[in-house]
Amino acid sequence: MRATLAILLVVWAGLVLAVEPDEIMTNINLEERARAISKSLRCLQCRNESIDESNSEIARDLRVLVRARLANGDTDKEILDFVVSRYGEYVLLTPNGKGINFFLWLSGPFSFLVGVSCFYVFHRRAQRTLGTRPLTAQEQEKINTILPL
Amino acid sequence: MHMLNELAHLGLTIALALALLGTVIPLVGAQLNRLSWMQLAPVFSVLQFLLVAFSFSVLIQAFIKSDFSLRVVLLNSHTLKPLIYKIAGVWGNHEGSLLLWVLILTLFAACAAWFAKNLPLRLLARVLGVQSAISATFLSFLLFTSNPFSRVDFPPFNGQGLNPLLQDPGLAFHPPFLYLGYVGLSVTFSFAIAALLEGKVDAAWARWVRPWTLSAWVFLTVGIGLGSWWAYYELGWGGFWFWDPVENASLMPWLISVALLHSAIVVEKRDALKAWTILLAILAFGFSLIGTFIVRSGVLTSVHAFANDPERGVFILLILTIFVGGSLLLFAFRAGSMESNGVFSTISRESALVVNNLLLVVSCFVVFVGTVWPLIAELISDRKLSVGPPFFNIAFTPLIIGLAVILPIGSTLPWKRATRRHLIKLWPLIILCFASVGLIWAIQTGRSLLGPIGMGLGVWLILGVLVELYQRAGKGHSKFLRILRLPLADWGKATAHAGLGITICGVAGLTAWQVEDIRIMKVGERFNIAGFSLVLDSVEKFTGPNYFTTMATVKLLREDQLVSVLYPERRYYPVAEVPTTEAGIDSALLRDVYVVVGEAQPEGGYAVRTFIKPLANWIWAGAIFMGFGGLLSLLDRRYRVAHSIRNQRKEVEF
Repeated sequence: MRATLAILLVVWAGLVLAVEPDEIMTNINLEERARAISKSLRCLQCRNESIDESNSEIARDLRVLVRARLANGDTDKEILDFVVSRYGEYVLLTPNGKGINFFLWLSGPFSFLVGVSCFYVFHRRAQRTLGTRPLTAQEQEKINTILPL
Repeated sequence: MHMLNELAHLGLTIALALALLGTVIPLVGAQLNRLSWMQLAPVFSVLQFLLVAFSFSVLIQAFIKSDFSLRVVLLNSHTLKPLIYKIAGVWGNHEGSLLLWVLILTLFAACAAWFAKNLPLRLLARVLGVQSAISATFLSFLLFTSNPFSRVDFPPFNGQGLNPLLQDPGLAFHPPFLYLGYVGLSVTFSFAIAALLEGKVDAAWARWVRPWTLSAWVFLTVGIGLGSWWAYYELGWGGFWFWDPVENASLMPWLISVALLHSAIVVEKRDALKAWTILLAILAFGFSLIGTFIVRSGVLTSVHAFANDPERGVFILLILTIFVGGSLLLFAFRAGSMESNGVFSTISRESALVVNNLLLVVSCFVVFVGTVWPLIAELISDRKLSVGPPFFNIAFTPLIIGLAVILPIGSTLPWKRATRRHLIKLWPLIILCFASVGLIWAIQTGRSLLGPIGMGLGVWLILGVLVELYQRAGKGHSKFLRILRLPLADWGKATAHAGLGITICGVAGLTAWQVEDIRIMKVGERFNIAGFSLVLDSVEKFTGPNYFTTMATVKLLREDQLVSVLYPERRYYPVAEVPTTEAGIDSALLRDVYVVVGEAQPEGGYAVRTFIKPLANWIWAGAIFMGFGGLLSLLDRRYRVAHSIRNQRKEVEF
């Protein structure tokens, strides 16, 4: 329990404002880009927050770093690459499509296609077997009793 | 008092024994066709419920009286806590919440025994037998790994409190609703297993299962809505969904149960999709178990990890494997006997419902893969990576857009066979939606497309509902009266579908048009944002029942007229040593104004973060509509006992 509390303290300590007023860049375009980048970077100390949402010290340092690089004229990709080279791909909230992640990104479209083709096959088969089946003698007899001609 | 605790403990042990007997005797009896064995099933279920209810009430009583000789009370309560949070504290921890889980499980089994008088005895015995098997595993999990009645040798004078974040009315009722939903799906699961054992699924089966699925779904909807609302006003930055593993854990069974509700209609009305429906029933409860596993084991780190323990995770994983694996195995053997007789053409309501099911199941699959991917990637390729909101937004949103696009078309198509003419009828609606997208686009050119698309979809869904009601009214006079006389199930469908439209509007409005401002304000200062003015009137310190608070008074003005006064707070809970924020929110039909006040700044003044959140309330209003729609559908005549008996007779006569 102590350990849990300690973790909670780290997570929630001063969760109040995340982006502080003094961090904000005067250039509106750059600030917008900074916010977008911050939203896709994970706070290393927190459970499941972006550095844009977190108020921990390390998140603040990263936000300041991102803004400093932006002011330096770096592109978004250069900044992300730099952060990844420093902290590993764990910080990326948007996983890249390299290697095994290929399957992650394709899980949706792939399973949808599989589903559609399964439905198509079953549907065709059901239509063929059930749709064109002639009435059995019993069924015909039942119809004749219900609807005498 | 001490006596009571021991009695409650004993009660749980007896309940476990009864659950084991209640599994074996009815199931074997059903197999061997022993009438008296099968007749015992309801007795076992009701007794289990009574015993667990007794234990639960003893635990509540221990929390109210702050009986710190119980370890759970000691670790999770405090004498200074307000009464309601002492009670909510019962399920604000692992042991208590698991006891609540079991309580609801046995409650549902008892309800199934009470309400299902018209069920064939063999089916009832099998349903209750499976239900008892589930409660036996969870009772042994409870007693062997997480006993709520375990004692401490030397009880101290006061407890260690409860996570302050959980001391909130929204969160006090979030877990019970979610559990009612999770566990409600166990009844559907039991029905599915019973049907597999019987080797028979028919319209009557679908009609018996539907109320259980519906009520579970309503509870899940309300539970998820409450959780999201709580996150919105409590977590301090006004998001409504974070794609946190624990949130995903509740979303997955919700998505599957929506699919199940729709496919069960096809079973009931058209005698098709039987095996598929059984599979969905298994999956729905399977995802509930996965959800419980994710929350309780903490295997996926998340902000919700207030009560986790890896060893317990292994136990739940075992339960999960036995139930899901076992039932899927049974399904593989028996699915072949579920022959579907209803044929339908490619353009028909059945096909539309199949697409609905496909999109829902795929979206659930995407959420599942995304949630467990960090584990998989680490196991397979030793990469430590994260899957965050951007992934889910990209992968999940298109599926929901697809779902919303086909919904009004599918729900107005005739059963069995439709022609293109039926599609053409909807053209005016489509044009109207494009017009509204265009209009909104024109008003706010240069911004993201998400807002206009979302609004267009929302309008499409809501208008689609109206058009459908209009079509149902038929031609000629007294249309209005005929609409009023539609069955409640139709009203439920309309309300729930409109609710989805409302939620989509809310999500689109909030994500696309939110305005945000961060600044330092000194007391007395004023600033303008999106047509409003905010004045920081004062900042004062107060003492609450078990916390200290710094409360700001912020006046919200529009054209110098006072709209409302907001009181954002920063609280500090000394027992748990945790700070929390309470946002100041002014809610209105079309927007929320959301103010958070931060730390005092070294140069004087306070950091103030203000949001204008357009249509924020629509998100939860839509959830309420969906839940209410489910309730209406639940009250439909065809689920009342007498009615279904009459129907059965009719079928026999024919």
